[in-house]
Amino acid sequence: MNQTTITSTGVNPHPVNMLRKREPKWQSFLRRLLKSPTGIIGFLIILGVLFLGLCGPWVAPYDPNQAELSKKLLPPLSDGHWLGTDQLGRDIFSRLIHGSSVSLIIGSCTVLFAGLIGTTLGLIAGYFRGWADIIIMRIVDVKLSFPFVLLVLVINAVMGAGLQNIIISLVFAGWIIYARVVRSEVLALREKEFILSCIATGVPRWEIILRHIVPNLFTPIIVLSSLQIATYIIAEASISFLGFGVQPPQPAWGNMLSEGKDYIFSAWWLITFPGIAIVITALGVNLFGDWLRDVLDPELKGN
Amino acid sequence: MGKESPLLEVKQLQTHIKTAGGVVKAVNGVDLTVYAGETLGIVGESGCGKSVTSLSVMGLLPKPMAYVERGHILFDGRDITELPEKEMRKLRGNEISMIFQEPMTSLNPVFTIGQQLSEPLRQHTSLNKKQIRTKIIEMLRSVGIPRAEQIIDEYPHQLSGGMRQRAMISLAMLCEPKLLIADEPTTALDVTIQAQILQLMREIKQEKKMSILLITHDLGVVAEMCDRVVVMYAGQVVENADVRTIFNSPKHPYTRGLLASMPNSNERKGELKSIPGSVPRPDELPQGCTFAPRCPQAVEKCWQERPPLLSLTHQFCRCWLYTHEHQEVAAHAT
Amino acid sequence: MLDYLIKRMGQVIVVLFLALTTVFFIIRLSGDPTALFLPPDAPREQLEEFRKTLGFDRPLYVQYTEFIMNAVQGDFGNSLRTREDALQMVLDRIPATFQLAFTSLGLSLLIALPIGILSAYKRNTLLDQTGVAFTVLGQALPSFWLGLILIYLFAVQLKWLPTGGGGSLIHLILPAMTLAAYSVARFARFTRSTMLDVLRKDYIRTAKASGVPTYKILSVYALKNTLIPIITLVALDLGVLLGGAVIVEAVFSWPGMGRLLMQSLLNRDFPVVMAGVFLIAFIYSVMNFVVDVLYAYVNPQIRFK
Repeated sequence: MNQTTITSTGVNPHPVNMLRKREPKWQSFLRRLLKSPTGIIGFLIILGVLFLGLCGPWVAPYDPNQAELSKKLLPPLSDGHWLGTDQLGRDIFSRLIHGSSVSLIIGSCTVLFAGLIGTTLGLIAGYFRGWADIIIMRIVDVKLSFPFVLLVLVINAVMGAGLQNIIISLVFAGWIIYARVVRSEVLALREKEFILSCIATGVPRWEIILRHIVPNLFTPIIVLSSLQIATYIIAEASISFLGFGVQPPQPAWGNMLSEGKDYIFSAWWLITFPGIAIVITALGVNLFGDWLRDVLDPELKGN
Repeated sequence: MGKESPLLEVKQLQTHIKTAGGVVKAVNGVDLTVYAGETLGIVGESGCGKSVTSLSVMGLLPKPMAYVERGHILFDGRDITELPEKEMRKLRGNEISMIFQEPMTSLNPVFTIGQQLSEPLRQHTSLNKKQIRTKIIEMLRSVGIPRAEQIIDEYPHQLSGGMRQRAMISLAMLCEPKLLIADEPTTALDVTIQAQILQLMREIKQEKKMSILLITHDLGVVAEMCDRVVVMYAGQVVENADVRTIFNSPKHPYTRGLLASMPNSNERKGELKSIPGSVPRPDELPQGCTFAPRCPQAVEKCWQERPPLLSLTHQFCRCWLYTHEHQEVAAHAT
Repeated sequence: MLDYLIKRMGQVIVVLFLALTTVFFIIRLSGDPTALFLPPDAPREQLEEFRKTLGFDRPLYVQYTEFIMNAVQGDFGNSLRTREDALQMVLDRIPATFQLAFTSLGLSLLIALPIGILSAYKRNTLLDQTGVAFTVLGQALPSFWLGLILIYLFAVQLKWLPTGGGGSLIHLILPAMTLAAYSVARFARFTRSTMLDVLRKDYIRTAKASGVPTYKILSVYALKNTLIPIITLVALDLGVLLGGAVIVEAVFSWPGMGRLLMQSLLNRDFPVVMAGVFLIAFIYSVMNFVVDVLYAYVNPQIRFK
């Protein structure tokens, strides 16, 4: 994003994007991605999880809820069960594949809704300042004084278990980080010459916001989202593990671990594979997010 | 020009910097000598290799990206080019000191002036805490810092820019070095403060009989401070003469350009000139003379072949214009 | 400095008041809170009766005022199970949680700072790359799973350490390691990048030019500059640590606030939940306040304003 260098000269950096159309965007994206081994690994992991999450029912070798007590607690690689079976004789590999769709839905929905709400409120707080800013930032302060996981846990406990409710509670606790980031971006943008000159020439407010501010928020929001997804996926797993969140028999990585922990003395594979699935997914998303940040927002590099 | 014995000799120095695009020859065969008790100026636009030269002498190149590829640096007759870090450290702040351009950022914001100034004394002398403190206060006073007893316990942000540069100078002077390298010491300061700092440096030099290697882009500073001048361009020395020769009969077109672009209060008649273009990046050097693209007197040969450093009557000059007059300096080509 | 203290103190009080309000309204998110206070299969009459005794039939603002007035006096009601004072029950568990949280904090700083500093100093070497790889992995590890794996390795397989419980230092080892893992990763990564920044600064060059040896530059001069932003990160991560403690305590049956909170949530003992959640917010805000003061103290640019 070299074009951001001329930000201070009074020209909206965004339209410059269109001037550099010698190479289609996805091509330059791929070219840059190929230069970064960690970026590729992250990208491939994300593609893999996406594939399993979307095509799970057709890929999984067994029905994830098909219990067969005669085949319970089979170790990995036995009798056609690659990763073994659980205490009810269900195929762990198939349950993992089906569980990936839960993580996928959690990650994408939370990012979408938390992002929308947080961005809107951050935009209002940052652009209009005044009372709106004070109220929104106070709410943010208060939310920050509760640990994220605790807030999600309690809200989920009050609202009741279920996929939908866990998304609501994650969004409820998750929008604040977007509000903070967007607000500080908007505050910085407001001082830039290209915005000031818009204000000076009497461009209507909504037009300044939609045409000039919002496009410049995409980069920080994309970068933030890519790094938040893993947080949300891990939070959901933690809460499902603790007995809230997604309830059995619906397979989710967190509640698989919760069920498996009772068999820690006899069947190690029950607690091993779902955990590995979480780690690989979170790792993939983080690696890709780190790469994305380095490419899109070199100034943020490092933290 | 042999007034006294040479204190610092830089011979055919080549300093390379590794970048994403390959190795860049930031300093490309520089020769210079600083004699005891004199002030040598290095002049040139930014990006011509002045600072890299001085950092090479101090052994402060950001390793491993930058390194001395070839050449020798002799200090007091001793080759310090490949000196181990431990030995080099004994010289720094002790026999060779350095002050930097930015007094604002060159002092650590979270340590007091006293804490930072005690460092060279702690490293190079066996004074105890009390003696160190006395000495620092003494030094701060001598560079014209008022309330030295209080300032010593204050933090850099509590001082003005000029005061900070004075503190930097006292830091450099504490161990009475033989050589002071001053890298653009007044560039970041207000004009009135500049004059004071230059005056201070002159006084200290007189008093302590040390040598100064002064790096600057400002010929006004050179005129005031220096005995001899080295003009650098694109990593090479293009002219080397005493200060009077530089101002009275400059030979190299680049030196002439620099002089012409200097605002002069005595002659108001001529308009201010500037050298067209800018210093080429070290990785984009032209094949011939590095100055040819900006030179008003460039001829065909300048584009083909790089000129050697020529020995003229009063100076050295790297320019084809003077080949018929004088002979090439064989010594410098080795 | 005093002005700053007073202003910051005022902020803490406002945030705490709003935190109480949040706790009050979270309980009401589902509409009628009576259902939360009873088992799901309770008969209708019992529900009605309970609603009356708890005062949930009164207007919301009356309930709110009453809740705040009581809470300010430390009264969050009694546990629905044990009939003990809810706040007292939570307070009794604080020492155990603090023991766990601060052991992990100490542990993670002890491990992360040297790793981060060395990584920065030896950047792009094998050592640095290994360090970076571990920090990236550490940030993708869910603590509850790491806890399970550690239990499996050290308690089930090797039988060196107990699987859970509390009371002794032996019991502390695994939960503290589990809780520290994430912080180690974050702190090390942040220390590395901050240190890299600091090492490029002009004043480090000045120190080198004064003849200061490398070890002293790293351990004294650059370290102090690096510590200032790290203090802020630690303050922010206290929340993560306290949140993580809830989960880790549940995994290891460590008898702290988090475990009590989990049990109360499962038992739908909401007075205890409210007291616990507020107390954690309280602790976090107070700690942040302390850290801010500490930050101002370490950073002379703020101290002398």
